[in-house]
Amino acid sequence: MRLSATELACRRGGRDVFAGVSFSIASGEALTIRGRNGAGKSSLLRVLAGLVRLAGGGVKIEGGDPELSLGEQAHYLGHQDALKPALSVGENLQFWASFLGGRSADIGKPLAAVGLEQLINLPAAYLSAGQRRRLSIARLLAVARPIWLLDEPTSTLDDAAQKRLTEIMRDHLVAGGLLLAATHGALGIDGGKELTLDGVRPEAERLLA
Amino acid sequence: MTSLAAILVRDIRVSVRVGGGALIGVLFFLIVVTLAPLALGPDLNLLKRIGPAILWLAALLASLLALDRLFAADHDDGSLDLILLGRAPLEIVVAVKGVAHWLTTGLPLVVAAPPIGLFLNLDAPAAAALVLTLLVGTPALTFMGLIGAALAVTLRRGGLLLAVLVLPLTVPVLIFGVAAANAAVAGPAPFGTPFTVLCALTLASLVIGPFAAAAALRQEME
Repeated sequence: MRLSATELACRRGGRDVFAGVSFSIASGEALTIRGRNGAGKSSLLRVLAGLVRLAGGGVKIEGGDPELSLGEQAHYLGHQDALKPALSVGENLQFWASFLGGRSADIGKPLAAVGLEQLINLPAAYLSAGQRRRLSIARLLAVARPIWLLDEPTSTLDDAAQKRLTEIMRDHLVAGGLLLAATHGALGIDGGKELTLDGVRPEAERLLA
Repeated sequence: MTSLAAILVRDIRVSVRVGGGALIGVLFFLIVVTLAPLALGPDLNLLKRIGPAILWLAALLASLLALDRLFAADHDDGSLDLILLGRAPLEIVVAVKGVAHWLTTGLPLVVAAPPIGLFLNLDAPAAAALVLTLLVGTPALTFMGLIGAALAVTLRRGGLLLAVLVLPLTVPVLIFGVAAANAAVAGPAPFGTPFTVLCALTLASLVIGPFAAAAALRQEME
């Protein structure tokens, strides 16, 4: 499977966020997206997921399911954790597993992989920020999708959880998945590609520079 | 199919648990209807004549009460993004959310109407007719409300906008719902004619509501 993007451009709120972004990754490859605040890292991931309309350029997938869009073959891990505080840890994960996967899935293994198996009956309202993040990551394991779009995946995670996430990401790549992550820190994956967004600077700033 | 069942079960669970909106609507309905005889006085004939109208008005307001959080809650916690990445068509997902909302807020109103109707001197045949009109009419209120709920997703005080947007749309439902219920209470007009129109309005809103709401949600995700 290969994902290639050519000359992507994004406009939000009447302002150019980025333009002319091209990259290409294949199965088993990771792409780290870097850039200062506001450079468009999150916007790029949302454009790829199909949540924000593309202003220019195109995305091509080779070897995927031709019936499905990129977003429908991808997991998106955004800044928000998409959890309902009134539901338990198990109910939250079971819901996303059934909704995204289209069938009821075994949630024991994914919960164990992120170290939340003890809290399966606890309402999500009582989880800490890091635990909420881990529960969202369990969603990626509960339903198999080849492309992972991760937005600051390591934020709020402690060292042990970050290590575990690195292992989870490695396993995904070894299994032939694709991974795109926007991050300021290190992902801990060797040999990945890197894409730096420097944004489209306003005209005034460009003249001064 | 499992995706849709999952949405239905989740939405019902969330709304009946702590912080959900299921009970609020019924309580509001009961209080508004209880206030009517206190304000109007103990004139049994008057109460009987305007009873169906009061019950319908109260049901209309109560069914809008919890609606503003229907999509806004999913938008705020990021669930809406993931719903858009699902393989189920958004229109169908929106319709299923509407069904779940009606089951937890509309259906309890229908069930509560006959006992609370005693306050308004409604006898058994009148109560039966009223229940029938509410059973058929409240889904139309919910599904038209979906449009307003979808438009108000990104607004902080969406509830007020929702009422302003949705109430005009519900005027036909109110007119024919009350007309059918009144026909059963007072006559001489037949029950069937307004009731059939009410059924038609509901069927139309079941189709139009989800499509319009899904279009509004897609537009707002930008």
